Amino acid sequence: MSDNEETENAGANAYWKENIRLLLTLMAIWFLVSFGAGILFRDFLDQFMIGGFPLGFWFAQQGSIYIFIVLIFYYAWKMKKIERHYDLDD
Amino acid sequence: MSTQNLIYLFVALSFALYIGIALWTRAGSTKEFYVAGGGVHPVVNGMATAADWMSAASFISMAGLIAFMGYDGSVYLMGWTGGYVMLALLLAPYLRKFGQFTVPDFIGTRYYSSLARTVAVICLIFISFTYIAGQMRGVGIVFSRFLDVSVEMGVIIGMAIVFIYAVLGGMKGITYTQVAQYCVLIFAYMVPAFFISAMITGNPIPQLGLGSTVNDGSGMYVLQKLDSSLQAMGFPAYTNGSKSMIDVFCITAALMIGTAGLPHVIVRFFTVPKASDARKSAGWALIFIALLYTTAPAVAAFARLNFNQSVDQTAYAEAPGWFKNWEKNNLIAWVDKNEDGKMEVGKGDPFKGSPEYVEGTGASGQRLVSNEVLTDNPNEVYLDKDIMVLANPEIANLPGWVIALVAAGGLAAALSTAAGLLLVISTAVSHDLLKSTFRPNISEKGELLAARVAATAAIVVAGFLGIYPPGWVAQVVAFAFGLAAASLFPAIFLGIFSKSMNREGAIAGMVTGLVFTFSYIAYFKLIADPSVNVAENWLFGISPEGIGVVGMVLNFIVAVVVMKMTSPPPAEVSRLVDSIRVPRGAADAHAH
Repeated sequence: MSDNEETENAGANAYWKENIRLLLTLMAIWFLVSFGAGILFRDFLDQFMIGGFPLGFWFAQQGSIYIFIVLIFYYAWKMKKIERHYDLDD
Repeated sequence: MSTQNLIYLFVALSFALYIGIALWTRAGSTKEFYVAGGGVHPVVNGMATAADWMSAASFISMAGLIAFMGYDGSVYLMGWTGGYVMLALLLAPYLRKFGQFTVPDFIGTRYYSSLARTVAVICLIFISFTYIAGQMRGVGIVFSRFLDVSVEMGVIIGMAIVFIYAVLGGMKGITYTQVAQYCVLIFAYMVPAFFISAMITGNPIPQLGLGSTVNDGSGMYVLQKLDSSLQAMGFPAYTNGSKSMIDVFCITAALMIGTAGLPHVIVRFFTVPKASDARKSAGWALIFIALLYTTAPAVAAFARLNFNQSVDQTAYAEAPGWFKNWEKNNLIAWVDKNEDGKMEVGKGDPFKGSPEYVEGTGASGQRLVSNEVLTDNPNEVYLDKDIMVLANPEIANLPGWVIALVAAGGLAAALSTAAGLLLVISTAVSHDLLKSTFRPNISEKGELLAARVAATAAIVVAGFLGIYPPGWVAQVVAFAFGLAAASLFPAIFLGIFSKSMNREGAIAGMVTGLVFTFSYIAYFKLIADPSVNVAENWLFGISPEGIGVVGMVLNFIVAVVVMKMTSPPPAEVSRLVDSIRVPRGAADAHAH
């Protein structure tokens, strides 16, 4: 294996690790806003109001969906940056 | 012009538009037929995905379902949107980088096995046919409701339209028609929603109106008022569901993971130019979907509130115009149980089954039904849940053209989903079975012809299922999502994120997930008496709708255990996984 190939592999590995770290963070948020705020902690959150919405209900029927959109665009933006850094972008 | 003529005009114009687009974007190669040439702009693909995804059920039935489920309706809202996060983060960019045409392509190549490919094809065909049978029925019902034709005639018209643009245009034609269909359906959904929201809360933005005070001087919030009016009528509060937490959790998860594993959704991300475009495109798709999905819960709450206020304890003689209109269309019925001439709304069914209308009218002028009246509850009003969306324009006193628009929107939603499903079925037959398994030497031209023949056959079968729906169609929507979650999703996910997952593990996992989920749903929905389908008999209290999650967990466990006991995948698979994990080079991948 040539040196060049080795550095390429090292770059791809570091890139993949960074991707996994980012994925874990974003999937944790994904889980918290939907299954967490909208289902598991709904009863607790419902004692707070945002406008006319009980907070848990708002997460279940509105908020989680908005945050899903933000998560995807953040991921797309961040990955582009990471890919440029490792010179692996398309 | 009368409303009925406006409906004919709007529907005819929209059909002319779809067919025009189809003729203009005819597919000339298999690459165009399967993945629209792989050059669709991410925003355009996002819009097409949204139309593909949102069926007649999303457009017409979802708000009505939520109106009667309250908080429990959240399973659909989160479940049918959260899957796009999984798609964008876990599947779409890698599958695009892989660069073939279909989901079985990926599974067959990644697991170096035509058996794995065949198992994937079986899962795909089962999932897609289950889904499309419901869609075709939906097409027929929408046609019959708006165009005054029989359901059967409606299915045939729908088949003819889909035939023209799916068979001629393939994925290319479907993509651009779906963009037009999205525009029609979202406009048709939003216009009445703005007016209803303004009417009830004074705020025209439905997403904000749902959190505002009611416009009647009471100073109460919409949800507060709805909770108190429902509780006074003996229902549980709107913001409190009646499903158990574990069931809500599992149904939401099954719908999310199922969405991420549905072949007709995944394949849309094969059409964009680059892997990074697949991520962006999923984001755009979710924006376009969210527009309808955040409006639906508002429409649901407004419609329920309006229904309670304008119907409950109102004399039939003073019933609102839309009530009598839709009674004429067989979607509403009233039985005067206590013979006081007033309509009472409450918990329970007014009579057994759906209304069987008979000749003649009752004391107040209402249509009579022959159903056995149930006297164990005070509810006197039968209401088809679809009314919550269909009657909106009349409730808000909107002109006839808005009703015509809603008709065109409902048809757009039904046709776009049916076309997307037909395409993955025909692709599975012509590409995965014929080209990859039985006749690898088939020419490009021969394969394209086979794809068109397969699409035609799929349309005929789907139409047949729409005209003669087997009793189980309505019962097994859970199948499509549960099976996608339990069979395809884990195989694809492991194929990308685990280099050591091998052929034996993946096949054993898929078969386990498929068999377990299929048997559980079939037992409760098809075999056992409906009275058996209750929480006490369910595994961990999980309903058949949510069992796909358990199937998925079993799939993962079996796959990993079998992998540990069998030989690792060959070195070229490891190189394939390395290559799909980095985005560079996706633009040429289609050419290989």
